[in-house]
Amino acid sequence: MSTVMGGGSRTAAKAPKPVVSGRERDGRVAWLFIAPVLIGFVVFYLYPTLRGLYWSFTDYSLLGQPKWVGAQNYVDVVHDADFWRSMLKTLQYVVINVGSQLLLALLLAALMHRLTRSVMLRTTLLLPWLVPNVTTGLIWLWLLDTNLGFVNHLLDSMGFDHVGFFMSPDLVIPTISLINTWGYAGYTALLFYAGMLQIPADVYEAAAIDGAGEWRLFTRVTLPLLKPILALVLVVTLIGSFQIFDTVAATTRGDPAGASRVVYYYIYQQAFQFFHMGYASTMAILLVLILGVLTFVQLRLLRASESQLS
Amino acid sequence: MSLTTSTIDTHLDTGIGSDLLTLSRRRRLTPGRVIGWIVLILALIITIFPFYWMVKSALTPNAEIVADSGRFWPTHPTMINFARTLGLTTLEESQAAGGSGASVNFVLYLWNSVIYCALIGFFQTLFCAMGGYAFARLRFRGRTILFNMLVAALMVPGIFTLLPNFVLVRDLGILNTVWGMVAPSVLMTPFALFFMRQFFLPIPRDVEEAAMIDGIGKIRIFWNIVLPMAKGPLITIGLITVVWAWKDFMWPLLIGRDESVRTVTVALGVYLQQSPNRQPDWTGLMAASTISVIPVIVLLAFLGRRIVESLNFSGIK
Repeated sequence: MSTVMGGGSRTAAKAPKPVVSGRERDGRVAWLFIAPVLIGFVVFYLYPTLRGLYWSFTDYSLLGQPKWVGAQNYVDVVHDADFWRSMLKTLQYVVINVGSQLLLALLLAALMHRLTRSVMLRTTLLLPWLVPNVTTGLIWLWLLDTNLGFVNHLLDSMGFDHVGFFMSPDLVIPTISLINTWGYAGYTALLFYAGMLQIPADVYEAAAIDGAGEWRLFTRVTLPLLKPILALVLVVTLIGSFQIFDTVAATTRGDPAGASRVVYYYIYQQAFQFFHMGYASTMAILLVLILGVLTFVQLRLLRASESQLS
Repeated sequence: MSLTTSTIDTHLDTGIGSDLLTLSRRRRLTPGRVIGWIVLILALIITIFPFYWMVKSALTPNAEIVADSGRFWPTHPTMINFARTLGLTTLEESQAAGGSGASVNFVLYLWNSVIYCALIGFFQTLFCAMGGYAFARLRFRGRTILFNMLVAALMVPGIFTLLPNFVLVRDLGILNTVWGMVAPSVLMTPFALFFMRQFFLPIPRDVEEAAMIDGIGKIRIFWNIVLPMAKGPLITIGLITVVWAWKDFMWPLLIGRDESVRTVTVALGVYLQQSPNRQPDWTGLMAASTISVIPVIVLLAFLGRRIVESLNFSGIK
């Protein structure tokens, strides 16, 4: 590596200095600099995007060649009750997960901001985020086990019946949502906390002198000034939340009876269990469109809140 | 989006002021503050307890998992579950301790994960630093359009490119190899590229310009001057990349099915599915889970402060 670099710089150093040739010299070096990212982008982002787009109009089983079927996949998807069910399940997951995660994170961040600067505390809160989702899923699968799980022992000792958190079709999605809230709330709290630290202290002092209490400080100072960060975190969390896969794939695999089959898992099944690659691509495109619209709307909201700040 | 750039050190500026504010208020112990502390301590307990329970279960002999399931400490603590998940026992010993009889070798899976994370962490960071620098500093035709295209890829959900990428890796004949596993992310991710460009944009050009006047070439300037200056963000983005690679599941699951390249996360999933009876082999699973958490704790112990303090907008992914 270093010899290549040395050679390059020698030729560059010998080149004439006038500004006119500067652009060209930049050009050659620049292409060298961006070559790896450009190749990575073309081969693993651009090409697969075009290919996936093409596949969405074909019947492709992973063996042989894709067969052109026009818009058939799109027609099928509209009438696929399982697809819409998985979308609903995903939506349910997203609402519970994002809602609880952001509220909890906001609470923790505000408390830390007003009470302590402890790095120890922040490090501990970050721990679940560093753990693979699969591990988090397994730990909670065990904690919430119907017969032997700690939580059910706890419920037992308080006089309640055992709950089959992963067994009940109604509970499985809320359960998985809250498990991932456990996994990510600390991380999100630290993002909010970092944002709160950027609010100048004198704003609080001024408000406190005016006799504002903690709740008023939070609603009148912290929240409005945190709005841009809130919006950005909301966008990122929402998009990430839609892509729930690991926990489901590692624990329930869509069970009981498809009650936890989220859209990512459904696409995965169509592609790699039933080998409907064309159909899976079509669903992936629909998901892209939905996420695109969501992002667009949210970024508009974000821009609106930014102008408010200035 | 300019939010993302300037956050690296700003908390240091404002931190002092807020510290004074907290200090002056710390004396009064109002009921509100007591409740606040209770909530924080509760959050700490809820954060730590599942890890405790995981380790406790890993130390429980398989035969006593039912009896000990409500106890806070195993009656007869044992290391056998770690030994058998790490592949240190014979098959008979492993089965006697509750294993399924399928081979389990978490030493290998850990090693595979480390290779996977190291390759992605190092090369992605380096290449994105190079690319980010070029997009921030160098002038060349098509720069803006190219950068916008590359960053637009941020919006594409992983599953969309994942399907064709799987087929590509299969057709290249590198399924079940390290190369197939690291291929899509070792060169770039739009996030890392974006982060790096944002980092280079506001840095003053003085040093580089001075070096240029001295006749030092662009490549040497980057290598000898810019990279050392960017050490902090490089480490940050490297760490975040490594953490995400460590957590990766879907792609390694598709590409690295073979045991020889299986990563820890994939192995955990496989282990659950291999469970012999109706009931999963909980003690073994918790031992394996503990093994998957230990590297993370080591990372936190050494770099916790750095990670925590670098986490802000730039840390989002």
